[in-house]
Amino acid sequence: MTTTETRPAPATEPPPRPGWGNFVLGLARGLWRQLTSMRTALVLLFLLAVASIPGSVLPQSNVEIEKVQTFYREHPTLAPWVEKIDGFNVFGSPWFAAIYLLLFTSLIGCVVPRLRDHYRAIRSQPPKAPARLDRLPHHASVADFDGDVSAVAAALRKRRWRVVVRDDTVSAEKGYLKETGNLVFHCSLLAVLVAVALGSWYGWHGNRILVTGKDSGFCNSLQQYDESKLGPRVDEGKLPPFCVTLDDFEATFQTSGQPKQFRASVTVEGDGPTRSASFSVNDPLRLDGASLYLLGHGYAPILRYTDRFGKTQTKEGPFLSIDGMQTSTGAISFPDANVDPATGKRDANLQMGFDGIYMPTAPAQAPFLRSDFPAENNPGLLLTAYRGNLGLDAGIPSSVYRLDQTQIDAGRLKPVGEGKLLKPGESWTLDDGSTVQFVGTKKYIVLSVRHDPGQGIALIAAVFALGGLMGSLFGKRRRVFFRLASPSPTSSSRLLEAGGLPRTDYPGFAEEFASTVAAVREKT
Amino acid sequence: MAALSDALLVVAMLGYLVAMICYAAVYAFGERGVVAKVATRELVGAGGPPVVEVVEEVRKPAPRQSWADRIAGWVLMLAGVAQIGSLIFRGVAGHRLPWGNMYEYVLAATSVAAVAWIVVMVRRPTLRHLGLYVALTQVVLLGVAALLLYVPVGPLVPALDSYWLAIHVTAVAISSGVFLIGFVPAGLFLLRAGYDKGKHGFPFSLGEKLPAAAVLERLSFRLHAFAFPIWTFGALIAGPIWAESAWGRYWGWDPKEVWAFISWIVYAGYLHARATPSVKQTTATWIAVLGFLTMLMNLFGVNIFFTGLHSYGGL
Repeated sequence: MTTTETRPAPATEPPPRPGWGNFVLGLARGLWRQLTSMRTALVLLFLLAVASIPGSVLPQSNVEIEKVQTFYREHPTLAPWVEKIDGFNVFGSPWFAAIYLLLFTSLIGCVVPRLRDHYRAIRSQPPKAPARLDRLPHHASVADFDGDVSAVAAALRKRRWRVVVRDDTVSAEKGYLKETGNLVFHCSLLAVLVAVALGSWYGWHGNRILVTGKDSGFCNSLQQYDESKLGPRVDEGKLPPFCVTLDDFEATFQTSGQPKQFRASVTVEGDGPTRSASFSVNDPLRLDGASLYLLGHGYAPILRYTDRFGKTQTKEGPFLSIDGMQTSTGAISFPDANVDPATGKRDANLQMGFDGIYMPTAPAQAPFLRSDFPAENNPGLLLTAYRGNLGLDAGIPSSVYRLDQTQIDAGRLKPVGEGKLLKPGESWTLDDGSTVQFVGTKKYIVLSVRHDPGQGIALIAAVFALGGLMGSLFGKRRRVFFRLASPSPTSSSRLLEAGGLPRTDYPGFAEEFASTVAAVREKT
Repeated sequence: MAALSDALLVVAMLGYLVAMICYAAVYAFGERGVVAKVATRELVGAGGPPVVEVVEEVRKPAPRQSWADRIAGWVLMLAGVAQIGSLIFRGVAGHRLPWGNMYEYVLAATSVAAVAWIVVMVRRPTLRHLGLYVALTQVVLLGVAALLLYVPVGPLVPALDSYWLAIHVTAVAISSGVFLIGFVPAGLFLLRAGYDKGKHGFPFSLGEKLPAAAVLERLSFRLHAFAFPIWTFGALIAGPIWAESAWGRYWGWDPKEVWAFISWIVYAGYLHARATPSVKQTTATWIAVLGFLTMLMNLFGVNIFFTGLHSYGGL
C-alpha cells in the first residue's frame, strides 16, 4: 500500500529559489515522494523477492553451517567472494536489510497520511447527494412513497448504513471496513517487523547433544552448549537457571525402518521443584523463560581402553547418523593414554584415537558398512585404531566427531592393524598389548534450547494482518442517495428517487442497491 | 484400498484426457456463438477509481450444446470426483490425512483445484470452455505425480505427526489449488488481451474463442483474492506456529520458507498492482502468472534441488 496515485499532486509548487538549503529540501521532498509512490513500493517488493532467491540457492550459515564448509571445499575460489557479499548470510546482510527497511519506510510514509485521511473520513458525514441521481451508475425511483426522509434514514440505519439527512435528501455510506482493514494489515506488518527485531535483540538459543545418564546432564549456561547465540541485549548471567538430565530416550520404528515415535524423558532441576518431564518432536518442553526442542537422536558408543601400562579409561562419544538406518560415524580419542607411570610423562606420539562406523543392526555378513535397521537389534561397531599425535595440542579447534585428517595424512597418526568389527562386550587386543573394549552404547538426543520474546507479538500481529487483509480484500465502499420530491397538491404520496455509487470494484452492487431500495419502500 | 486409490487416479487422468479432447473438438469445430460474447462497459464513479462492470449477454433461449460440449462437462466432473475418491481412499488406506508426502500433496492440491473449477463451471456456465486448459493442467500435474512422485501408502514420520499437519498443509493445499485455478484465467486473459490488441499469431490466435478479456481478468482476480488470505494463513501463520513447536523457531529461512515468502510477496505485488490504476492490467496479470511459477518452483524445484527441513516430501 502506498499513496494512491489518483491523489493530485500539490498544484501550487513554490517556484524554486536559489540556495543550497532549498535545493536540499526540494531534493529530499522529491525523494520522499518517489519513495512513497506505489511504483517504488512495487519495485522494492520485487527486489525483496529476488533478493531472497540466493538465500535458498546458497547454503546459509545460520541454517546449516556444515553445508557452508562443504561449499568452501568444493568452490575454494568462489567461496570467499560469496562470503564478501554476504551470500552465506543473505537474510542478515546489509543489502537485504536495505531493501526491507526502504520498503517499510515507504510503507510508513504512506500509512501515516492514510491513517489521518481515514480518521477524517470516519468522522465526517457522507457527502451531499448529487443534483441528478439518474446520472449515477445505479438509479431507481419509487413513484408513490408515503413516508418522509426520516423513514428513509431509519430504514438505511437499520441496514447499518451511515446516514445523514439534508433537507429532502438522504446520503448514506458503507464499507469503511475496506480502508480500515487495509490500514490494519499494513500496520500489523510493521508490528511483525518490530517483533522480529525484539526476538533478535532479546532472544537466545543454544544447541547441544545430551547423552543419557546422571553424569551427562547440563545446566543452562553458554559454556554448556556446542553452539549458541545470544541476542545483543541479553545478559549472559541472567539466563534462566535450570539443569536437565536425560533419563531415557525411546524411539520406535516401522518394519521399513521409518521412525514411528520419539520420546525423551528428562529430569528438570531449578525450574520450580525438581520434576520429571517428557517431550517429543512437535511437542517441546516449555520451561520458565526457555523451551526445549527435540531435533534429533543417535547412539554414543562407549569404549574402554586399557593402555600398555595397564591403565584403564572409559569414554563415550556421540556418533552422527549418516542415513535413515542410523548408520553412524564418529571418533573417540584417548589423548592421555600411555602415560608412563614411572616418569608421569605423556608421550605425545603414543596417544590413541579410534574412529568407527556404528551399526545398530549390523548386516549378517560383510561388508559391514551400512546398518539394516535404526533400532539396536544386532549392534556392531567397525573400529579402526590410530596411534600417534592426535594434534589436539596445536590449539586449533577440531571436530570431536572426526580424527584430525591432517595428522593422519602427515603420518603423525598411524593406523594400527586393520579395522575390526566388535559386538557389545567384545575386546580387541592391539599390537602393543593394549586392549579396547566396546562396552555398549548410550542414547543421545540433539537438543535446542531457545527463547524468543518476539514470537507471541509476531503471532498476534500476523493474525491482525490476516483479519485486516480480509477486510481490505472483501470490503466494499459504496454510497446511496435518496431524494424526496416536493409533494404534489393532489396526492399525499411523493416521488422518491434513489441513486447508488460503488466506490470500489463491486460486481454485486446492483442486487444490494435493489434490495436497499426495496427495504426503504417496505418501511412505509 | 490403496489399489482402489491408484485405480481411481487412472480413471481421473483418463477422464481429464477425454474432457480435453472433447473441449478441443468444441474449440476446433464449434460455432463462434458457443462462447458467450460479453459486453463490457466502463463506468467512472465520481472521484473513485473506474468501475468496470461486466454485463453478460443474456443467452438465447435453450442454447443448443453440442454433444462434445455436454460430454466434456460431465466427464470433467466425473474425473474430478474420481480424483477426490483417489485422495479419500488413500487416506482410508493409510488411516491418516492423505497429504503426508509430495505425491499426496499434489493429489490434494489438484483435487482442490478440481472442486474450485467445478464451482466456477456451475456458477458461470459461459466460462466452461476454459475446462480445456484446466484439464490440460490437471493431466500434466497428475501425470508428474503418478510417474515421478509416487510412493506406496505408509504411516507418517514423527516430524509430521501433529495436528498442525491438518491445519497447515490443508490450508496450503487449498490455496495452492485455488491459485492453480486462478492461473488458468490469468494466462488466458493474457492471450485474449493480446488477441484484442491485434496480435493474431500463435499463441494469441487461441484468444479468438475465449471469453471477453474483462471476464477472464475478473475471474482471475477473484480466485487470487480468495486464495491469498488462505495462503497467508497456511504458509505464514499456521506454518510458523508448527515450525516453532517442531524446530524451535517460527521462521528460519529454510528453502521452502524462502519460496513461500517469495510467492506471498509476488501475489501481494499482484494485488497491489491491480489496485493501482496506472499499472496496466496485463502487467498485473503477468505478476499473477509469475506468482504461480514461484508456487511451482516451491513445490517441485525446492523438493528436487534443495535439501532442507521440509525434505520428507518423498523425493
